[in-house]
Formats: sequence, C-alpha cells, structure tokens
Amino acid sequence: MAKEQLMSYEDAIDRFEVVIGLEVHVELNTVSKMFCGCANNFGSEPNTNVCPTCLGLPGSLPAVNRKAVESSIAIGLALDCQIAPTGRFARKNYFYPDLAKNFQTSQFDEPIAFEGEISIELETGETFMVPIERAHMEEDAGKLTHVGGATGRIQGAEYSLVDYNRAGVPLVEIVTKPIYGALDKAPELAATYVRAVRDIVKSMNVSDAKMERGNVRCDANVSLREKGAEKLGTRTETKNVNSLKSIENTVRYEIRRQAFILAGGGTITQETRHWHEDRGHTSAGRPKSDADDYRYFPEPDLVPVKPSTDWIDEIRLTLTERPALRRKRLQAAWGFTDLEFRDVLNSDLLDEIEATVSAGASPQSARKWWTGELARLANAQQIAVQDLAITPAQIASIQKLIDNGELTDRIARDVVAGVLAGEGEPAEVVESRGLKIVNDEGALIAAIDKALASQPDVMDKIREGKVQAAGAVIGAVMQEMRGQADAARVRELILERAK
Amino acid sequence: MTEITSSSAAVLAGLISSKKASSVEITTAFLDRLEKLNPKTNSYLHFDRENSLAQAKKADQSLSEGTAASPLHGVPIAVKDNLTTTDSPTTAGSKILEGWIPQYDATVVRKLREAAMPILGKTNLDEFAMGSSTEFSAYGPSKNPWDLTRIPGGSGGGSSSAIAGHLAPLAIGSDTGGSIRFPSALTGSVGAKPTYGAVSRYGLIALASSLDQIGPVANSVLDAAMLQDVIGGHDPHDSTSLPDSLGSMVQSVSEADVKGLRVGVVKQLSSDGFQSGVKACFDDTIERLAAAGAEIVQVDCPSFEYAVAAYYLILPAEASSNLAKFDSVRFGLRVTPEGNPTIENVMAATREQGFGPEVKRRMILGTYALSSGHYDAYYGSAQKVRTLIQQDLAKAFIQADVLLTPTAPTTAFKIGEKVDDPLAMYLNDIATIPANLAGIPGISVPNGLASEDGLPSGVQILAPAMQDGQMYRAASIIEKIYTDQWGASLISKVPDLEAL
Repeated sequence: MAKEQLMSYEDAIDRFEVVIGLEVHVELNTVSKMFCGCANNFGSEPNTNVCPTCLGLPGSLPAVNRKAVESSIAIGLALDCQIAPTGRFARKNYFYPDLAKNFQTSQFDEPIAFEGEISIELETGETFMVPIERAHMEEDAGKLTHVGGATGRIQGAEYSLVDYNRAGVPLVEIVTKPIYGALDKAPELAATYVRAVRDIVKSMNVSDAKMERGNVRCDANVSLREKGAEKLGTRTETKNVNSLKSIENTVRYEIRRQAFILAGGGTITQETRHWHEDRGHTSAGRPKSDADDYRYFPEPDLVPVKPSTDWIDEIRLTLTERPALRRKRLQAAWGFTDLEFRDVLNSDLLDEIEATVSAGASPQSARKWWTGELARLANAQQIAVQDLAITPAQIASIQKLIDNGELTDRIARDVVAGVLAGEGEPAEVVESRGLKIVNDEGALIAAIDKALASQPDVMDKIREGKVQAAGAVIGAVMQEMRGQADAARVRELILERAK
Repeated sequence: MTEITSSSAAVLAGLISSKKASSVEITTAFLDRLEKLNPKTNSYLHFDRENSLAQAKKADQSLSEGTAASPLHGVPIAVKDNLTTTDSPTTAGSKILEGWIPQYDATVVRKLREAAMPILGKTNLDEFAMGSSTEFSAYGPSKNPWDLTRIPGGSGGGSSSAIAGHLAPLAIGSDTGGSIRFPSALTGSVGAKPTYGAVSRYGLIALASSLDQIGPVANSVLDAAMLQDVIGGHDPHDSTSLPDSLGSMVQSVSEADVKGLRVGVVKQLSSDGFQSGVKACFDDTIERLAAAGAEIVQVDCPSFEYAVAAYYLILPAEASSNLAKFDSVRFGLRVTPEGNPTIENVMAATREQGFGPEVKRRMILGTYALSSGHYDAYYGSAQKVRTLIQQDLAKAFIQADVLLTPTAPTTAFKIGEKVDDPLAMYLNDIATIPANLAGIPGISVPNGLASEDGLPSGVQILAPAMQDGQMYRAASIIEKIYTDQWGASLISKVPDLEAL
C-alpha cells in the first residue's frame, strides 16, 4: 500500500480544530462469564471454557452475572455517572463467525450508567474535564485466528480458527461525548484519559486492566473541522488500539492524515481503521456508515436489570480512592520530585513502591530499587517488572539489612539475585550464600596487614598526604574478603594505621 | 394391550404405583403401537425402542427399591422435537438440524427424566414451530387420526396426533401462538399453554422468545395438570421463568366447582369467522355452563382485532434474530458451494438450502420489521398493541374469572388446503394468539364434534397470569359436563387407526 501523505502536525493544528471521541472496552475480571457459568479465564486451552449458552447452541438461554452488574455499576459510579434504575439488554444483530449467536447481547438505549465526567490532568498540569456519555454492559466475542493469506485478516485466509473461551466474557464499554478544545493536546489527552480509566478499573480490581492482553482496548474516533465551523467533520474510528503510546500515535497520525486530505480539497471517508504500531500508520478497514443496521431490539430472553438504590449505595461505599487523588497524596507523602514521580508513573510502579514503603522501606530507597535494579533485571529478561519473582516485602527486608549495615548495596544485589533464583527469603539467601558483611575488625586488620605487606610504600604515601593511595589497599582487602566488607570501614582502618 | 394404550396417564400411573403393571409393560405397549402405526400418522420423527425400554426398566427398578420419583413415575411420554435431548436427534422439523444430537438436555427433559418418565420419542412439528398444520415440517406432515387426509393442527401436530392416535399417553408441546392448543382442538385432546415463565424454556429451540411456552398435551385435564406439576417451576437457567411456584394444578382440578364461576365470553371471538359447527359446539358449552350454575358475562376486548397483525410482527422479528445462529459454523448442516467460497458464501448456501419456505418468509418479514426506519412503525407499534391487549384482558378479568372462546375457527382441514395461502394459515390462530401476547395461561378442552364434518372442536379457557389453577378448575368443570354426557372422553370416539 502506498504510504499516505501527511500534513505536519503543527500546520494541521494551526488550521483545523480536532474533535475526538473515545470508546474504551474494559474486560471485567469476574470469576464467570456475563451470561453463563463458564470460567472467565485468560490463557486456557482453546474452547475449554464453553457451554451451550456461550456457544450459542439451539435452545440455550442467557442469565445475567450479578457480579458483572456490580462491577459495571462501580465503574459507572467511579466516572460520576448516574445509574439507571432499570436497564434492558438489547440484541445487536450481525453475522460474524466469532459471534456464536450472530447477535451480541449488549445494551442499546438503556445503558446501566450514563452522563458522567472525569477530570484528566495533562503533563503540564493543565486539567481537562472529559464528558462521559455512557457506560454499558455487553459480552465479548470469540477470538478468531486467520491462517494463511498475506494479511492475517479473514479476507484471503485459507481457513480460520475460532476460540469461544472469550465468547461471553463481560465487557463494559465506556463512551465519551465528543471532546472539543484539546487542540494540540488531543493525542496526549486521549492517551491520558485511557490511562486514567485503566487505573480506575485496576484500582477497583474489577478488571485485570492489562492492555497488552486486551483487557482494556480503545477505539479512537477523530475528526477535523475548519476553525470556526459548526458542523462536525467526518470521523474515522481506529479500532482496538491497545497501548497508551499507540493511542497517542494513532490520534496524532489521523490528525495529520485527515488534515492533508482536507487541505487538498478532499473528503474523509467514514470508515474503521487499524493502527500498525510497527509501521507507525493507520490503514483503512471496512467502510462504516451511520446506516449500518444492527436491528437492535430488547433482548427478550432477559428480564431488565433493576439495581436497587440500597445496592447502588452499597457499591458506592466500596469505591476505592480515585487514582488521581491517590497519586497526589502519595507524591506529597513521599516527597518525590515531579521528575522522580513521573518516572514511577510511567513505569507503572506506584503499587509496588507503596507496598514496599508500607513494609518499612523509605520511599526513596523503594523508588531506587524498583525503577533501578529491578527494572534493569526485568528488562534483561524482557518481562514486566511486576512479574519478577520478588515481593515488595522482600525488597523492604533487604533494604532493612542495608540500613542496619549488614549488607552493602552491591551485596544486596546478590541477595536479590538469590531470591529471584528461588533460594528463599532474603535472610536465607544471606545465610546460604554467606553474604554477611565481615564486621570482625580482627579479620579486617589481618587482611589490611597482608595487603600492606605486598605494597609497603603505601603507608608512606598516605603519610605524605596522598590519601588516594589507600585505594589500592582497599581493593586488595575487598578482594581478600570476597566483597563482604564495608569498604568505608576498611578505609578508616587503613587511615588509622597510617597515623 | 389396547386397554393400556387407551388409558389415561392418571390410570397408568395408578397401575404402576400399585404394581399392577410395570413401566416396561406399558412402554412396550406404546412402542408396539407406535412402531406399527407411526407410518400412518407420522407423529414421531425419532424413536428408539431400546433406549425407551432402558429408561422404563430404570423406572421399574427405582420404584422397586424405593418410593416413586413423581406421581407420573414410569408413565411414558412423547416430546416435541424442538426440545433438546442428549440421547436423540433434535431437528425442530428442519433440514438445517438434520442429525444434530444436542450436548445437553432441556430443563423440561431433565425434569421428565428425574420424574422417571421414559421418553417414547420426538414428535413432528412445523419447521421451527412455524405453522399450524405440520405441513411445513421438512419431514412431511403428520396426519390427523380422526381422518388421515387431514392435518392434526400445528405446529405441535406430532404431539396431538400421538395423543389422539394413542401412540403416547402424554406429550410435551410448545405454544408460541397456539401450537399446543390449536392441534389439541383439532384432535380432540387437551392441551395447555401455562403462564409465560411457568415452565422453563431452557433447551427449547426458540421461535419467539417472548411468546414461547412449553406445556402439556394429554387425554384429559387431570393428565395435563399432572404433567404441568412435573415440568413447572423456577429454573435459574431461564431468567424469564417465574420465581415462585404456581401451586399444584392437580389440587386445583380436584377443587373444581361450577357454582359462582364467572365465565366471560369475548365479544370479538364469539361471532364471525367461525365454522358453524364449531360455533354451535361453543354455544352449547356456554349454555351447559349456565345451566350448571355458572354466571355468563360478555366482555369486550377491542384490541384483539390487532392481535394477529401484532403477532406477525413480533414473532418474525424475534425469530429472525433467534434463527441467526444456524450458520453452519458450530453445528448442523453445512453446505459448501463450488469454487473458493468465503464464510459468507457458506453461511448463505447453508441457510438457503437448510431452511424451508415458511421460515424464510418469516425471517425476511422480521428482518424488515426490525430495520432502522421501520422499527417504530412495525415492531414498536406491535409492542404497543401487546400492551393494549394486556389492558383489555385486565379489564375483562375484573368481570370474569375465566374467558371462553372457541380454540380454533374451524375443524381439521385437508392436507394441502391452506399451504399456499399464508394469510389463511395465520388466521387459524386468531383465538389463541392473545394469550401469548399477554403471557396468560390458556387451555383447549374438547367440546364436541362439529355437526357438518363430525370432526373434533375445542373450547379455549383463558385465565389471568399466574392463575393457571383457575384455568384448570374451569377446564375440569367443562370436561366433566361433557364426559357425563358422552359417558367417556371425546378421544375415545377416535376411529380405530389400525383399521384406517
């Protein structure tokens, strides 16, 4: 495909007003699926978490998962939405092989939550109120794998495999109203908003919220209009963008692409598009028009969901602290600079550091461990730092050994390696690997004497004021002690000796 | 063994519980008869002697070891072929499901098994229960035991002809607009559509979800009541099933008392459009009830005029969506066109070949009725009519405890007579449809033979939602009036099938 032509971002922003709209799908982490008792479990053997209902077998019927409704209400409340006293499910009818019944059970004109808003803080500190139109419940489709063919899409594939384990997994779709006035910040706002939603659902533990697994996915709508124009421009919808960086890139790309077309007198085709992170561009999917006819009608197999006000109040009480407020509170309590704190947020390490601090470590030491050594180790293994086999409590206990002078920073890294290698708790690793600092001054002095014997001129140099000459002896002593000595103490002892 | 096959289920249950006959003996008698006579009536699509006898043996064994699992312990039963059964094909009368053996039992089937009732086989129906004659079955029409050149009604003509032909003592039907009651009227049997939600729909291959209801087909009101007691009750698999029990229908039958019963005659369903012999039977019923001490009132349900029109929007709309799952991907027929077909081509070819004409007709109607720009005018308006019908009925039930109408406008018609005239076919259900639209219970009870053709006629009794007991009480009163007069049930007058 020929590469599309783009306008520079600055020119595009100068000339056009950007309007974005975001649809975020959140997969809930309920034990069972939305309408049947099958396990809602990522990574099982294909087609093992299935039953007549999620396979859409003739005669089967859905029954609503109460926990999924509860999670949906919680999400609605966290987004300051109103909760509908009664809400019906609807059928969205279309044929697709990943859709067992050839209709998706969703909510149409009666979403469980509506009319909310969320305040989003950009990097500059500027805040933006994003208006939420609705949050509604629906079921996920199965997962298709297209085999053969060049594109990995259904067109041209030799055959396709369907895994219905995901069919019927509960989803909440959160839809914003059109977002105006973000100007050049539109791409950043889009990504920051999605991050905020992800943080909320993660902090409430209603979703695993792993974007790389598709637990949180975003469809980004972008349209441009001439500055001052009233009528909205034609929009494109880039589907299933699944990383924060990609969301920002997608919006930025669409602004530049659309601006080039519009500036040349062309028109935007209303269509779905796909983002290719590797190649840094979007490509056209299927044309979409408002005339797409899903023949929605109320789902006759389900009675309306009628959450009582008591139940809603109960759920409201369980809501956790807003992530944005929590971040403010923690930064103040920990005394991190903006730069340090942003580093923590970007590495997604707030929870780990908080847990390490509550296990007794100082905030700075906790930060250094997680953003430093541990991040390095995880990176080397190409895994998420959260997936390292070490707990915040273990890090805190290692830090305590350092603070007590029982370990040096360098030896502590060996302890971490031991814990990661499955050798047990930090204290056990220290013991079994023999990593305790040698505090026995007799042993240290013996080692110093031995070193001095082979470097007899050092003492004279020190006495002449060339204190740095001690370094060579320190090195020899540390080698003798296999690193398990406090270098500062060794230095003191040498200097004492020279007096 | 003719006494066995012509006995009521209640009598058979008594023989079994008193150890005068075994379930194996009784089941064998019905199997012998149906194996011989099913070629004449085409009541059953599938039956399997060994499987049925194994179930009967199990029933006998469990009875000898302990107490009865249900009041119908050991009594065999026929099941309409749109209920899933793990041990038998389930086709819903369609080629698209030919040979499909379900992975699960319908809740009702599970309850029959738990009640130790051996299943004799699966009965014929119009494809996906769309029709009122069984002529739209992909496996040929069933025949009416009263006259084998005539249809036994539909869609549950397999079950009704099995009952009337004594090929089963009891049967399960499903009723979306009259599919239990209409065939019962045409075969002289008793058929009840309980209140919507009284019986779980889990495992019933859906026609129109908001209208479908499973119910009993039987020789007598008591038999029907006994069967409803077995299959009714809440099911967590069906969220539209009623949370609370409606009580014992058998108990209600035993309390039947005509004194003070207020019987409403629906103005819109008691004058025009009925065959004269059918109308005469109905008028006779009303006179006899009045003579026995019932209070007869006329009630007005003006919105009934729009019931058939509304029904033929709601039903096709829901059916068009319910039948979308038949796409060749996971089960059933798969037709692969020549060349290098796409999934769309395969789905289209499968549906083109697998569905019959009436099913296609209704799916096109329903797809149209739901499409944007037409939704409000069609589906939306039809739902409003539904509300109006419910309001009319609510008013009528202030004046009357039950409402009576003829069940069917005519007696059984000839095979082929209406098959090319959809509108004429649709009007068969004019009296039965309002109960489905309103979710109320209705039952058809035989009320004589029409004078002009000597064929059975039925009277329909409607009761308020969740008052199924009231419906059974009134049905029992009417049944008693006639059996006292005839000296036996109407079904005992059915011609000898073996001689036909």
